[in-house]
Amino acid sequence: MSYPILSTVIFLPIVGAIFILFIKRTNESLIRWTALLLSLLTFGLSLPLFTSFDKTTAQMQFREVSNWIPAWGIKYSLGVDGISVLFVLLSTLLTILCVTVSWKSIKQRTKEFYAALLLIEGSMIGVFCSLDLFLFYIFWEAMLIPMYLLIGVWGGPNRIYAAIKFFLFTLVGSVLMLIGIIVLYLNTGKSFDVMQMMTTNYPYHLQLILFWAFFAAFAVKVPMFPVHTWLPDAHTEAPTAGSVILAGILIKMGAYGFLRFAMPILPEATKAMSPVMMVLSVIAIIYGAVICLGQTDLKRLIAYSSVSHMGFVTLGIFALNIQGLQGGILQMINHGVVTGGLFLAVGMIYDRTHTRKIADYGGTASVLPIYAAFFMVFTLASIGLPATNGFIGEFLIILGGFTASKLMGILSATGIIIGAGYMLWLYQRVFFMEVNPKLQGFKDIDMREILTLVPLVILVFWIGVYPNTFLSFMDVSVQNLISRVNSAGQPQVAQQILEVIK
Amino acid sequence: MNIPFPNLAPVTPEIIMAVAASIILIFDLILKDKSPLALLTICVAGATLYFIPSSLGETFGGMFISDSYSMYFKLIFMVNLILTVLISLKYIQRQKAEYGEYYSLLLFATTGMMIMASSGDLIVLYLGLELMALSTYILAGIKRHDIKSNEAAIKYFLLGAFSSSLLLYGISLIYGLTTTTDIAKIAAYLKQTGTSTPLLMSMILIAVSFSFKIAAAPFHMWAPDVYEGAPTSITAFMSVGPKAAGFAVIGRVFYGAFQSVQADWTGILIGIAILTMAVGNIIALSQTNIKRMLAYSSIAHAGYALLGVIAGTQAGLHAMMTYLMIYAFMNIGAFAIVILLDKGEEIKDYNGLAKSRPAVAALMLVFMFSLTGIPPTAGFIGKFNIFMALINAGYAWLAVIAVIFSSISAYYYLRIVMNMYMKDMEEEAVINPSPSLGLAIGITVLMVFAIGIMPSIVIG
Repeated sequence: MSYPILSTVIFLPIVGAIFILFIKRTNESLIRWTALLLSLLTFGLSLPLFTSFDKTTAQMQFREVSNWIPAWGIKYSLGVDGISVLFVLLSTLLTILCVTVSWKSIKQRTKEFYAALLLIEGSMIGVFCSLDLFLFYIFWEAMLIPMYLLIGVWGGPNRIYAAIKFFLFTLVGSVLMLIGIIVLYLNTGKSFDVMQMMTTNYPYHLQLILFWAFFAAFAVKVPMFPVHTWLPDAHTEAPTAGSVILAGILIKMGAYGFLRFAMPILPEATKAMSPVMMVLSVIAIIYGAVICLGQTDLKRLIAYSSVSHMGFVTLGIFALNIQGLQGGILQMINHGVVTGGLFLAVGMIYDRTHTRKIADYGGTASVLPIYAAFFMVFTLASIGLPATNGFIGEFLIILGGFTASKLMGILSATGIIIGAGYMLWLYQRVFFMEVNPKLQGFKDIDMREILTLVPLVILVFWIGVYPNTFLSFMDVSVQNLISRVNSAGQPQVAQQILEVIK
Repeated sequence: MNIPFPNLAPVTPEIIMAVAASIILIFDLILKDKSPLALLTICVAGATLYFIPSSLGETFGGMFISDSYSMYFKLIFMVNLILTVLISLKYIQRQKAEYGEYYSLLLFATTGMMIMASSGDLIVLYLGLELMALSTYILAGIKRHDIKSNEAAIKYFLLGAFSSSLLLYGISLIYGLTTTTDIAKIAAYLKQTGTSTPLLMSMILIAVSFSFKIAAAPFHMWAPDVYEGAPTSITAFMSVGPKAAGFAVIGRVFYGAFQSVQADWTGILIGIAILTMAVGNIIALSQTNIKRMLAYSSIAHAGYALLGVIAGTQAGLHAMMTYLMIYAFMNIGAFAIVILLDKGEEIKDYNGLAKSRPAVAALMLVFMFSLTGIPPTAGFIGKFNIFMALINAGYAWLAVIAVIFSSISAYYYLRIVMNMYMKDMEEEAVINPSPSLGLAIGITVLMVFAIGIMPSIVIG
């Protein structure tokens, strides 16, 4: 490694986006090719993270540290460990697919579209790599601007409402976290250094307050029940690429926030609050799944299924054991792959039919057979059929859930059953039964679209058959995290006892 | 009695400004084309900037203090002055308000602000305040043939005079109590005697008067009408300069004279700040005219800046000063865009601007997000700094209130963005570009990003 990989991967898309803004507006094909090239290049440059990652240590790797704002003790500090490295790779991969899927469907303001997409990519990777809370917050918030435009400018009919709702929900959560960050900073001897915070013990009552401050931001992003209401609107109205980014990566940032900040920095509060979090997760699992049964809009159904699936993720995380955590993290990747794939697929059929109503479909399998096959793979993975990635993730999570609480385990398992119900029913209504006359004459997906879906199908089976490739990345880091959470509080309890004795 | 000749070094910047203002008045009689006067004004501002660092010291027996505090404010005033002249040049020609007095009054008003920032005595403070206020009254009404401009000037004058009289009343109470108007001596006196009812009354009167100047609620009523009626360039000038000057004297008086009774005035200011943020942000939501919206937004921003004063620490004071500097760039930037557009005063004029003028829309977007306080723009750094000082001083609850109002503000700033990017255009937007306006927009947008990414240039 002779170059700062993380900085390159963050800033190449951002600089590229600015470059795209200077290309002549009418030269649309140049804009598209530049965007594709940039996203491919970013992906290529991020590959060393995969190949030369040291799986035997929980330490941060690929560190880059330099002073940024000395007056406030802020550092430009980057690094990845086993928890974050996979998300960086997922981001760089999904961005390529977002570029190719939008190739023909984005017809107006192409330039701004691809610029916004690349800006989002850069800031998302920044979120996953930041080890300074201030830097993290900058990326976390900066991403709102292009995402707001992406939904609001290129979205569906109700896009303005969805964009504003998305922005305001996220902003309110984020600013409350900002207060938490500042309080944390003042209690860490004026430092935003995450590594330092992870080894500091904060008083319990402070941890509780801070936990809820972070919760405000992360729970909105995940989204956890009851602050999930922005998600169906945003996912449904966003253009295909926007939905993929939202479902694939953006909502992972919330769960990642819990893993990276809330848990190791506030271990006691995490432990104390884990029953609450698990209850909220189970509500999300069942509630999201039940709502899915009643949906008449394709994208909205998949959006609500995200609520349910992310419920599994947070359940796994807050089960606070190795299986649950590993399952949670893997399920985040899985959900990115599968739901990303489903949104891509829905986007492809929408480009042809321009309708999202389930009732407008029927018999699609006989009109677009290749397409139907791809959709089947993602549907089954979403249900969690063995040999697909969904099975591994959900299995681990439910295992972890059972270990933590039998009731939670049983309840969350019902979510899988309902999940199979709504996905298979959806597949039946859209792809089987009589051919809807409106669908006659549409061409099956072309090479570009197949190539967009293939990488995700490969991942579905790769993780499903040999998950160890990915699980081995996080093993040590997850163990480290668990022991941090479980060992927390002991010195303080001892201190309190000593005080009582005195 | 032998009165020694005072040391003039600390007042050099003010002298340059005042003399130049008078010279411009004379040139105005000779010159037919007024644009050289604008150039002259900028040169004067440049010269003043040059003399500010070397003006350290006290003079006139401590009535005039030039310290790092006043210097920072003078820097803000110069930024404000230069940017205002740049955005005015072509605009006042278009508005048929190109009088030589325009530049002269800008200089006089700025001189008044500088005197305010440097005042070591309540009488000097009052003098500076009146010089500033009288000049801005005229500037607000300089579009003589426009009835709205006239209304703005009268309204501003009446309410301004009212607030000045309250200030005088407050000062006279203080004088009765302490037998002095010297800020340092008042501080020394109050340290011994502590708080009392007349003192509280005079503090309230002074706080009310300053609240008028910074347009803090419930004394903000004049602002929307005046901002709407005044020529847009003057609105930009007023939303930054007099406000910053108001904060400068709040810092001087409350941190200087009333330092020992901090507990008393903090309560008053907290009430004003919360009300200001609430009124500014909530009423701004329903505006249809962008100048009125920015007026309410400027009320809200005064509320945020007040939080820095409330913190009651050096860090809080610094945060307030930094905030005003940042506010100068982003707010004048936004007004510059309003001026750039031929028809840009109604919010619906911005519909579809991104289609017809993508670059203009993109610039406006930057200013709107900066005013909201979204990183990586300067607005975020300003707010972050304020909140940090506030929480450090133990007012975390107040910071929570502030961020909630700040989130509310996102809605009306975003509405401009929404109109520009997500609505269909009604008619092709016409713009009036000019080199000076371009320069002003260039400087402001550059600073918004530069401060946002490298805040070290304004903090510390």
